[in-house]
Amino acid sequence: MTVRIEKVDLPGIGVRNDLVTESGSRLGVVSFRDGERELAIYDADDPDACRFSVPITEDEAEALADMFGASVAITRLTKLSDETDGLYTEKIKVGAGSPYAGKTLGDTKMRTRTHVSIVAILRNRKVLASPTPDERLDIGDIIVAVGTRGGLDAAMKLIDHGPA
Amino acid sequence: MHDTTIILIEVGALLFGMSLLGRLASRIGISPIPFYLVAGLVFGSGGLLPLDASQEFFEVGSEIGVILLLALLGLEYSADELLQGLRRSRIAGLLDFALNALPGAAFALLLGWGPVGAVALGGICWVTSSGVVAKLLRDLGRVGNRETPVILSVLVIEDLAMAFYLPILSALVVGVSLAQGAVTVAIAVGVVVLILFLALRFGHIVSRLFTPDLAEPLVLGVLGLTMLVAGLAEEVNVSAAVGAFLVGIALSGRVAHSAQEVLSPLRDLFAAVFFVFFGLATDATKLPSMLVPGILLALLTMATKVATGYIAARRAGIGIPGRWRAGFALTVRGEFSIVIAGLVSGAAAPQLAPLAAVYVLTTIITGTILARVPDTRRFKALVRRRAAAAASRG
Repeated sequence: MTVRIEKVDLPGIGVRNDLVTESGSRLGVVSFRDGERELAIYDADDPDACRFSVPITEDEAEALADMFGASVAITRLTKLSDETDGLYTEKIKVGAGSPYAGKTLGDTKMRTRTHVSIVAILRNRKVLASPTPDERLDIGDIIVAVGTRGGLDAAMKLIDHGPA
Repeated sequence: MHDTTIILIEVGALLFGMSLLGRLASRIGISPIPFYLVAGLVFGSGGLLPLDASQEFFEVGSEIGVILLLALLGLEYSADELLQGLRRSRIAGLLDFALNALPGAAFALLLGWGPVGAVALGGICWVTSSGVVAKLLRDLGRVGNRETPVILSVLVIEDLAMAFYLPILSALVVGVSLAQGAVTVAIAVGVVVLILFLALRFGHIVSRLFTPDLAEPLVLGVLGLTMLVAGLAEEVNVSAAVGAFLVGIALSGRVAHSAQEVLSPLRDLFAAVFFVFFGLATDATKLPSMLVPGILLALLTMATKVATGYIAARRAGIGIPGRWRAGFALTVRGEFSIVIAGLVSGAAAPQLAPLAAVYVLTTIITGTILARVPDTRRFKALVRRRAAAAASRG
């Protein structure tokens, strides 16, 4: 599916990018010359007027983009598990007490021990897709894993307490 | 007391007072320009408390104020935006001229002010204040609105038109005979086209003269170049303001952005001085006689501005509430009208400056209030009811 984005110049102010969603709402992002940005949500009764305009800081914009990015990655994963019976995805958090905090992904030997695949790591609201075995795990990382129910349970125990 | 000491005291007291007025203005939610004008009128010739010692300071300061106002306006626009505005909104621009400048000119002729007065008053009524409107749009949270590009394109085209209008006006002010006047105007327009061409074509080379990273050389350099070009422009009757505007346009990219940052505080100071000086130099004793004509003219041309915005927005495919918003947002006249009135000063009629003061005061105060009208529930309901009535009739 393609999304149409309309770009409008605002002389002396900046640029506005608009997007009409499938449900018919209009969203706009105003980028000011001085680097500020605003998220505009338009009025349903009066489609020319923005009902809300929310100033968004640089960090917030990045966080929002990541949130949307992460949610897109996860919905794609859940779609996958719907189609293949018996396979599930699970988000496993690396807690402070985990023996693997600070160790690499390869150290967990998760695939050999539990037959579960790690498809991504979510770290600081960023998605690391298909991480390599030498990727170091930090406290707070979220491991996105795909496997059977039993395998995923074993994987959670493994991350929390180490090998049985 | 020594003369300079008195200047320090007068200027200091006035600036301090203006800062309080500025805070008051922002509390009420209107531009501080009317307050500065009134402060100038009170302390000026024929006012309640004339200041004499600092007259010279304010005179020079106000000249720098005009230059900085226009240079920063030029910095806000890139050359591409101006050309695009010209291409896309020619019709809106012509309409704007016909609906606003012509009534103003006719009004001057009715008052018997002759051709120079007519051209000047036409200009005063023509130009919406870009500064006040841009601030208003931000304050009202309308930057994202779809009618906003229409409003901005009208502002762009007016500002560009000023680059040609101001030299013509200053030529007329200086010009003696009709033939001589025509030659002066031709030269002035030629010079503007030449500088504009150079600014568009070689702007990046001009920008390379400066470094955006060192604030001090940047302030000195940009201010210096602007004043230099402004002075040279004035020398060939192109008006200093236009020279400054063109320098602003020529600068682009990061240099323009940094220059805007470092020059803004200077602009704020000297623009305030400019408005006060206009008040100081205006004969306050003539003010009462211009009160009624000024307010009448303001109401008339605010109505025509609303029509301009409405039609321009309709042409751009904006819905009815948006058209009203565009119209009501454009009614404020400000810095340019004062620049024009200051340029002509006594050349047309002694009443022009007091009339312009009354006019600008009226449009800023009522215009700022009017701009908020389309957001009120009552106005929205009225528009909806009229739309419903039209639908049931049709």
